[in-house]
Amino acid sequence: MFNTLKAGALALALSLGAATCVAIGSPAVSAAAAGPTVRIDNFVFGPEALTVPVGTTVTWVNQDDIPHTVVAEDKSFKSKVLDTDERFSFTFTKPGEFGYFCSLHPHMVGKVIVKAA
Amino acid sequence: MSDHDDKAGGEDRRGFLKCMAWAGTGALWTLGGGVASSISLDQAIAKPAAAQGFTFLQVSDSHVGFAKPANPDAKATYQEAIHKIVAMPQKPDFIIHTGDITQLSKDQEFDDAEQIIKQTGLPVFHVPGEHDMLDEGAGKAYLNRFGKGTKGAGWYSFDHKGVHFVALINVVNLKAGGMGSLGADQLAWLKDDLAGRPSSQPIVVFAHIPLWTVYADWGWGTDDAAQALALLKRFGSVTVLNGHIHQITQKVEGNIAFHTARSTAFPQPVAGQGPAPGPLKVPTEQLHSMLGITTATFVRGGQPIALTDSTLAS
Repeated sequence: MFNTLKAGALALALSLGAATCVAIGSPAVSAAAAGPTVRIDNFVFGPEALTVPVGTTVTWVNQDDIPHTVVAEDKSFKSKVLDTDERFSFTFTKPGEFGYFCSLHPHMVGKVIVKAA
Repeated sequence: MSDHDDKAGGEDRRGFLKCMAWAGTGALWTLGGGVASSISLDQAIAKPAAAQGFTFLQVSDSHVGFAKPANPDAKATYQEAIHKIVAMPQKPDFIIHTGDITQLSKDQEFDDAEQIIKQTGLPVFHVPGEHDMLDEGAGKAYLNRFGKGTKGAGWYSFDHKGVHFVALINVVNLKAGGMGSLGADQLAWLKDDLAGRPSSQPIVVFAHIPLWTVYADWGWGTDDAAQALALLKRFGSVTVLNGHIHQITQKVEGNIAFHTARSTAFPQPVAGQGPAPGPLKVPTEQLHSMLGITTATFVRGGQPIALTDSTLAS
């Protein structure tokens, strides 16, 4: 199941990256767009669970008209407040399961499962 | 079980009548449950002069700085709401603002909001919403501006003409998977604050996120509200005023009347209708009819508290 989600997220990230390239006319895909993206849409992290290998940079992008944050339950990462279309990236260097939530709307939860390489 | 409940309800009603006699400020809806005859009983009792009649206003969720399709200029609609207050023929004693003063806790947004409400020339009592906690200091900007003399994350209480007002903060230290939170320190303070007060004293509690669970899936509630409500249960008249959900909802539980106010910025969907609790885009000509303020009136002499909601269109 996670594989499916992951594949979906990667495909999405790639398409977003490509779209960004076209929009700004840059030949290079930015580092942030190279990893998977979690979209915040309608107060939901999508995908809610993401599985990645160690060393992956995950980017969250807020697509709501309301600000959100991305805060690890173990406090290992914490974004500043993300207004509409703002992004936050974090590189996972250790394997494990990292639950996170929006500190403004704490019913919004997600997790990143980091597998050893 | 039901026998026990009935009995408990009877005791509450007697307690409530005592309060009515003393202060005359019970909740109208509490009397809606088939105890109309109790009013004449109450009216037969001489009422000592205690709480005096007065009016105060509630404004909420002004989101100054918000400029998205649901309302391209939330500062302007807040200004409109304040103009309506300025134009009132009878001035209220004060205003409470139940949070989300700003959209992103920026200094400019706090400045604008403060300058606008100052036009009323009335005392204003604030509590923060989660949108007022977004500065680097996670709430310091709010506290520096509005938190003078408050305790902890900004909670406080005061008395006005016999009524006790309690301002609670339920937007800090929120936990993953949870809703609003009061926290142990604030609950301990509340217990002390209420201790020794006569059960006949009318209480008004205000906080940003509803203190009852309107809709858990959208986080429209406060995890540890039950502990606060347990402390309030013995009082004959408790009115709980909240914001956060940008629409009017109300509920009565025993002697506690709950009410949420409209926003002055943008409406939100009815609980569970639609995918998320975000800003609801309505046709431009409808927006003003979905924004508004609340007037609370305490009338001396056996009349209950009255909460009247008015829109920016009216």
